[in-house]
Amino acid sequence: MSASLKDSFAKTLLGFASSLSVLVIFFIFYFLLKESSLALSQIGGSRFFSDSTWAPELNLAEGQFGLLEMIVATVAVATLALFIAAPIGWFTAVYIHFFCKGAFRIFLHRVTEIVAGLPSVVLGLWGLVVLVPVLLNLRAPGLSVLAGAIVLAIMIIPTIVVSTVSAYQNLNSELTLTSKGLGIGKARFILEIATPLASRGISTGFVLALARAMGETMVVVMVCGNVVQMPESMLDPVRTLTGNIALEMGYAYGSHQSALFLSGFLLLLSVLTVFIAGRLFLKTQEEQFR
Amino acid sequence: MNKVKSSSFLYLILNFLFLFPLVAQAESTKVSISGSSTLAPLAAEIAKRLENSASSLRIDVQTGGSSKGITDVIKGLSDVGMSSRALFPEEEALVKSHTVALDGVAFVVNSKNPIKELSRAQLADIYSGKISNWKEVGGQDLEITVIDRAKGRSEKELVKDYLGIKSTDYKPDIVAGENQQCVKLVEGNSGALVYLSIGTTEFEQKRSSKIRALPLSGTAATAENVKNGTFPIIRPLVLVTKKKLSPSSKEFVQFAVSSQVKDLVEGMAFVAPQ
Amino acid sequence: MSFRSENILKGLSFISALFFCGIFFLILSTLIYQSGALSFEFLTTVSSEAGRAGGILEVINSSFLILAICLGVSVPLSIATAVFLAVFSEKNPLVHNVISTALDTLAATPSIVFGLFGYSFFVIYLGFGFSILAGGLTLAFMVLPFLIRIFEEGISENYRQFKLAGASLGLSRTAQVRRIILPLSTNTISAGLVLGIGRALSETAALLFTSGYLLRMPESVMDSGRSMSVHIFDLAMNVPGGNQNAYRTAVVLVIALIVINLTSTFLTRRVLGAKT
Repeated sequence: MSASLKDSFAKTLLGFASSLSVLVIFFIFYFLLKESSLALSQIGGSRFFSDSTWAPELNLAEGQFGLLEMIVATVAVATLALFIAAPIGWFTAVYIHFFCKGAFRIFLHRVTEIVAGLPSVVLGLWGLVVLVPVLLNLRAPGLSVLAGAIVLAIMIIPTIVVSTVSAYQNLNSELTLTSKGLGIGKARFILEIATPLASRGISTGFVLALARAMGETMVVVMVCGNVVQMPESMLDPVRTLTGNIALEMGYAYGSHQSALFLSGFLLLLSVLTVFIAGRLFLKTQEEQFR
Repeated sequence: MNKVKSSSFLYLILNFLFLFPLVAQAESTKVSISGSSTLAPLAAEIAKRLENSASSLRIDVQTGGSSKGITDVIKGLSDVGMSSRALFPEEEALVKSHTVALDGVAFVVNSKNPIKELSRAQLADIYSGKISNWKEVGGQDLEITVIDRAKGRSEKELVKDYLGIKSTDYKPDIVAGENQQCVKLVEGNSGALVYLSIGTTEFEQKRSSKIRALPLSGTAATAENVKNGTFPIIRPLVLVTKKKLSPSSKEFVQFAVSSQVKDLVEGMAFVAPQ
Repeated sequence: MSFRSENILKGLSFISALFFCGIFFLILSTLIYQSGALSFEFLTTVSSEAGRAGGILEVINSSFLILAICLGVSVPLSIATAVFLAVFSEKNPLVHNVISTALDTLAATPSIVFGLFGYSFFVIYLGFGFSILAGGLTLAFMVLPFLIRIFEEGISENYRQFKLAGASLGLSRTAQVRRIILPLSTNTISAGLVLGIGRALSETAALLFTSGYLLRMPESVMDSGRSMSVHIFDLAMNVPGGNQNAYRTAVVLVIALIVINLTSTFLTRRVLGAKT
């Protein structure tokens, strides 16, 4: 076989393998919709938004199939988690990149990686037996938006640290020297030069962290309380879309199961919306910057 | 070169992994079981004992809810279903039940809570949000943390019938799925109220005394009172099969209802049927 | 003035870093404290009494099989995709855009959605039932985007450095990949492996509906099998008296993840850009 023929053969073969990852996306969408179709035809798509709450019954007229409260809860828990994680993550990254050297720096890197790898079920268990009793002192029942947000924040801090550190690393190293030569202090350099220049990388990290927090399941099902309601305060228990699936899937069948698939589909859509909106936002920012 | 080769080797090994066991498996007969997670730990123990005896059966136990277990059998997705409630009449027409054990559902509080007893009306008011503090039912001045159970669990169905409130009228503070999550929640919260399998409750009480079951209509929530039939909420834990049993399902079910597993049933703090 | 603001920033960031480490050690010490004595036998004996007594040998076996299937499928696939992107279509923006949009979408997909998909496709549609095979394949697709990203970065870096030299030797692209690029990318590939193992071992939600809860020594990949993370969930949430073994399993899992992470330090010096 000639070299070029071999090349094009290899290219076809590898291209075929690569197309699989595109295919999987379509498969996921197709199968979620396929399983949701029963709910869509029997219950009707609009009821998932117009019904006031979620109380699925096999007698469809008697049941309630509103998902709105859970969508709001999903966004609320994840956003609060990001608000907690963002400052801690950013400061930690600044410390790692600008102030820390040698063994302690390597140690911090290791801790970040290990926390990133901690199984969510372990964190959820910790939240349930350690954090919730503490929050109970504030107000019953302790399982709440806040409990979920704190545990999720611990989960997503590593995402923020890693992306922030690498955003700073990607800056031109001459920048530091030039600034030093111009007599710009370190604090001013970090806050007024490095951070604005690295802002795109840093905000990408925030978007990723938010998407991850929205999609997390085990933690929220263990510490958020799973009560279907509109959260009015941080100490209210809520049920998220992921929590709803994990809680009821094992017991569900028929149109109820199908409705859970539909809520999975909506979850996927909302996470992707955040993801795409984040990317578009960053893109326009970048264009302005140029 | 090496990399490409080694990855194709990996595929080869995987192929063996897939095909070999498929062939080897033909010798033993599989019985698949699904349903009630209250019954699942017991069924798994019974299965293990049967497998370790001379039987050639392989028994797979998956957990879920009672209704799902029954539906799985009707649909043919599993051979045996587990249910922690009696069958509904319309289910009775399609499948057959075999009682393995009896259990009750008790209302459980933290042992620090001094409350003595709650009436059915008081419980209904608490679960529908009309009463929210223990002092309104004669207890201390402490907010009640009302814990409800996940949709599809048989405790939920039984308590719904007992209290007689509509599912949309429930105003819980927490909805918990699994039994042990409830135990953890009540252990950590002195104002909590939950309903729970008596078997689970007694088992926990033997280990630590952080939770306490309330008497119902003057009857203590004990295995003893489940046995003699005086406790108000009693449920059978049943295995569900098609009307016509396959030989393998029959072998398992007969073993599970026999006296050979009585110690296992009582070990889980359930009551063996007379 | 400048020194003062520098010290404030340094102080704040130091406190953050310390706080973060503090939480980590708090979690770790909770697990170790709650698990009580942990003996080696815990790893080498099978469970009894629904997992509340005995060890976790069968759980380790199931986890290992799930992991093997996950990596056996995802690693070759992602190396192929990475080579395709970095070498064979380096100048084709359309291909890059389509595939990287797909990869971003996959990476953002919540694990429970993978679980639903795996249940619908592998368990029901393909008729695998609750099985280790279904769980492993579901995880394979879940880790795919992360592996491809890492592999692509390393491979395209190497290809950029060596393509002129390779071409001047008259090597075809296939030959370059086989003889130069892939052997040079061992570091990247092991970094990816470590990441994949970590992700797969700690996943719970995607496995609940695919590989199931069965607590028994798996005889084949068509058997249902319980991974360590699912075991922790079930022991802590469903088995009366299962707490201590839940914490023990958690300690084993966390130690395994730490060991894997430290191994990666020896395999690759480029993790997180910590150029040491």
